[in-house]
Amino acid sequence: MQTSAKRHQVGLFVTCLVDMFRPSIGFATIKLLESAGCDVNVPSTQTCCGQPAFNSGDKATSIDIAKQTIEAFDGFEYVVGPSGSCISMLHHYPELFAESDPWHARATALKGRAYEITSFLTDVLNFDDILASYEGVATYHDSCSGLRELGVKQQPRTLLAKVANLSLNEMEESETCCGFGGTFCVKYPDISNRMVENKSANIDASGANTLLGGDLGCLLNMAGKLKRQGHAIEVRHIVEVLAGMTDEPAIGDANYNLGKAV
Amino acid sequence: MSRAEIFSNIRRGLGRGEASAEQKAAVKARLDQHKANLIPMRAQLPHHEQVALFKEMALEAAAEIIELTDIHEVPAACEAWLANREINELIAASDSQITALDWQSTPRIQLNHRVGKVGDIASLTTSFAGIAETGTLMLYSRQESPTTLNFLPDVHMVILHEKDIVGPYEDAWQKLRSSTAGTMPRTVNMITGPSRSADIEQRLQMGAHGPKELVILLISDSQ
Amino acid sequence: MQIESPAFKENARIALHDVDLQKALGNLKAGFPTKRAAAIERMPEFDSLRDEAMQLKNHIIENLDLYLEQFEENVTKQGGHVHWARTSDDACKTILDICRQVGAKTVTKGKSMVSEEVNLNEYLEANGVTPVETDLGEYILQLRGDHPSHIIAPAIHLNLEDVTEAFHEHHGRPRSSDPAVLMQEAREMLREKFVAADVGITGANFCVAETGSTIIVTNEGNGDLTQTLPKTHIVITSIEKVVPTLEDMTLFQRLLARSATGQEFTVYNTLSTGPRRADDQDGPENFHVVLVDNGRSEMVGSEFQDMLRCIRCSACMNHCPVYGSVGGHSYGWVYPGPMGSVLTPKMIGIEKAGLLPNASTFCGKCESVCPVRIPLPKLMRHWREDEFSKHLSPKAARWGLGGWAFFAKRPSLYRLLSKGANRALRLMAGKKGRVTKLPLAGGWTDWRDMPAPSGKTFMEQYKQQQR
Repeated sequence: MQTSAKRHQVGLFVTCLVDMFRPSIGFATIKLLESAGCDVNVPSTQTCCGQPAFNSGDKATSIDIAKQTIEAFDGFEYVVGPSGSCISMLHHYPELFAESDPWHARATALKGRAYEITSFLTDVLNFDDILASYEGVATYHDSCSGLRELGVKQQPRTLLAKVANLSLNEMEESETCCGFGGTFCVKYPDISNRMVENKSANIDASGANTLLGGDLGCLLNMAGKLKRQGHAIEVRHIVEVLAGMTDEPAIGDANYNLGKAV
Repeated sequence: MSRAEIFSNIRRGLGRGEASAEQKAAVKARLDQHKANLIPMRAQLPHHEQVALFKEMALEAAAEIIELTDIHEVPAACEAWLANREINELIAASDSQITALDWQSTPRIQLNHRVGKVGDIASLTTSFAGIAETGTLMLYSRQESPTTLNFLPDVHMVILHEKDIVGPYEDAWQKLRSSTAGTMPRTVNMITGPSRSADIEQRLQMGAHGPKELVILLISDSQ
Repeated sequence: MQIESPAFKENARIALHDVDLQKALGNLKAGFPTKRAAAIERMPEFDSLRDEAMQLKNHIIENLDLYLEQFEENVTKQGGHVHWARTSDDACKTILDICRQVGAKTVTKGKSMVSEEVNLNEYLEANGVTPVETDLGEYILQLRGDHPSHIIAPAIHLNLEDVTEAFHEHHGRPRSSDPAVLMQEAREMLREKFVAADVGITGANFCVAETGSTIIVTNEGNGDLTQTLPKTHIVITSIEKVVPTLEDMTLFQRLLARSATGQEFTVYNTLSTGPRRADDQDGPENFHVVLVDNGRSEMVGSEFQDMLRCIRCSACMNHCPVYGSVGGHSYGWVYPGPMGSVLTPKMIGIEKAGLLPNASTFCGKCESVCPVRIPLPKLMRHWREDEFSKHLSPKAARWGLGGWAFFAKRPSLYRLLSKGANRALRLMAGKKGRVTKLPLAGGWTDWRDMPAPSGKTFMEQYKQQQR
């Protein structure tokens, strides 16, 4: 790892959904962090935050994955990820260990260093030097974990205000769950569907042509619904807009270059 | 049998047997202290502002307020209000504040001192405290003031002196303890506006089972 | 009431397609949350009150036996009687005994969720005592042979037309679709019942140890008539409702109405202490308090202890997007919504209620509005842990989770898995950029498309860049 006296040493927590579905979110996050004066590394021993196990009541697996993640990010000054949900999970790690367990202290230390990207830029680095431009009217969905567990509410809006040519139309009930909920959406599909229907109606009513959010799980859910309903609204992760990386088609939109990709 | 099991479960859960003498003393002391918890700023105003707040909150709760300067104005005020609705009987509490008034001068209302009954239209009682923070009246049952008067009639008229308005509920509890020499009466009523229900489609309707109208005769005693 | 919690999924599906129910649930959303927000706006100390309330409840639980003893002592001192009921059956028997002692034929009832919990009405009826519900919502439900779907707005699942029909049928009066007329009708019908009843049964929101008082909080005044007119007043409530002093009760009073209906204060907050005094002209001659346990004492010291702080305000269900979608009856027992998803498994068993604590996205809205800061998602998660450790969760889910965990714990294999899934999804999506039908993920694709990966995995691309 390259060391520099001034630059913050950040480990990127990619999150498994970004890894698999939308790498551009990871690269946009790196770009933002670097422009805010950070050295960014991506430890290759990371996988998932463990939330599927944690929320399914499988504590043993949660503990194994927590230990793996704690070790993967040992030595980094900060751990930053483009997801309020996954970073919240990192914040739950101390609960998994007895206070007398040495892992408890390590988990607590990780919690103290782990930030969601918009919160990190705003609250820690006090950075708002956003140079991007985006032609459009956006609306912002406040994903639950980021909002209620990490206090992410104003930060994304502060940063979006710096994006040239972008205006923000708030939707009704932007703080209401979209119905994703990890395994919830497949365990209780009808209820999840009702919740995302309510959400898409509010998104549509906002008059925005772009839906932004900070959690890919929720965005996949909402994009999937909007596409199924035939809405033309573009769905993107906020960092794509902040980093000026919006050349790629929006989530669930056509024209992916299949040949080149595979 | 149930009792012993319940207590033993609780103690097992708390990881102890019967509480120590020290713990018991601490609980006793807490009960005797009547320590207040956080009291909102809104309830800690100078008295004249408390009176204003009481009125504002009581009106918001859909009570009606008739402002009087002296308690001797009560019979005429009642008569005028009731006459307007063609009501000629008033079932009243028999505490001295009410019996000492001159009801001979108001022939249009017949005053009866008894408990409330089904079919009663209007009642009159006193209230020993008004609580400013939510416009709440506090009443308690006693020989002179049966509880049924507060609930059965369609209209409940209540005499309240401005000097008896306190800021927070806590002050009302202290006032209650001193009014009743520390013995709780059978019933203590905190009343904030007239009866209502929103059980049908969440649409608010006034006058469910208790009084449909609550009229506060607020006496300033300014003369 | 019948336990239908194992059928949560089916019930929820039916509820989602029930046009009338969905219309009724719309009223909830527009009502309580909006009013609560407005009330809290006016009380800047609200969050500090919540902190104090949480601490006070914790203190009470730590000394629960002592406060219960004090409460019992003071009720007795005032001439009342305290009865302890370990189970629903104990509670019902105790109450029936009292009714028989005084030769009761009919009893009026104020709204009490504990009485629903112990199934009191059915028990009394089966034993020749007729219970008459007097809360407007509960009265409507009783006429219809229905049960509450919400802990403070029991008839929230009904529409005006339902009330119109029920009243027409039972009152024999002309149909009215004016809520004011309907309420007046109920008022008149119930007046006679209040007077004729031999016993009045109410619940209690709090029990004050200092004075031996119980308190009910109502807007209608039905509870007051229920407990004042008959010769005998029976309070049925549960052991965690005890608070030390009147001042302590007041802390919860400041939170209750605002959290529940968004009112500054509920119309009637009424304290009952013992039977009528020697010189009182009205009030009951007998006063009984039945303290129900039903599993609560076992929650002390357990991972569910925080649930004992609950003051039954209903804010959690009022704000729950799942409750708002499927309504209270889907939960299949007395307590719906997030608080019910924690409490029900304790009372009817996780084997029957396992679907409830799983029916949450853990969005956290419930915890964020709870006046006593109960970590409801965490407690629901504890149930999931309990279920998982007892091998009660569905096999397919366990296998899926096990397979996934195998890879998640092995980073290099996980890379391969992601890569494979990434390729497969992209192939299936083709140029559309999304998959409309995905084997084994019908739960997703029945309702929405699955956006396809936009290219190779992040880790692949990152590795290429690093070279």
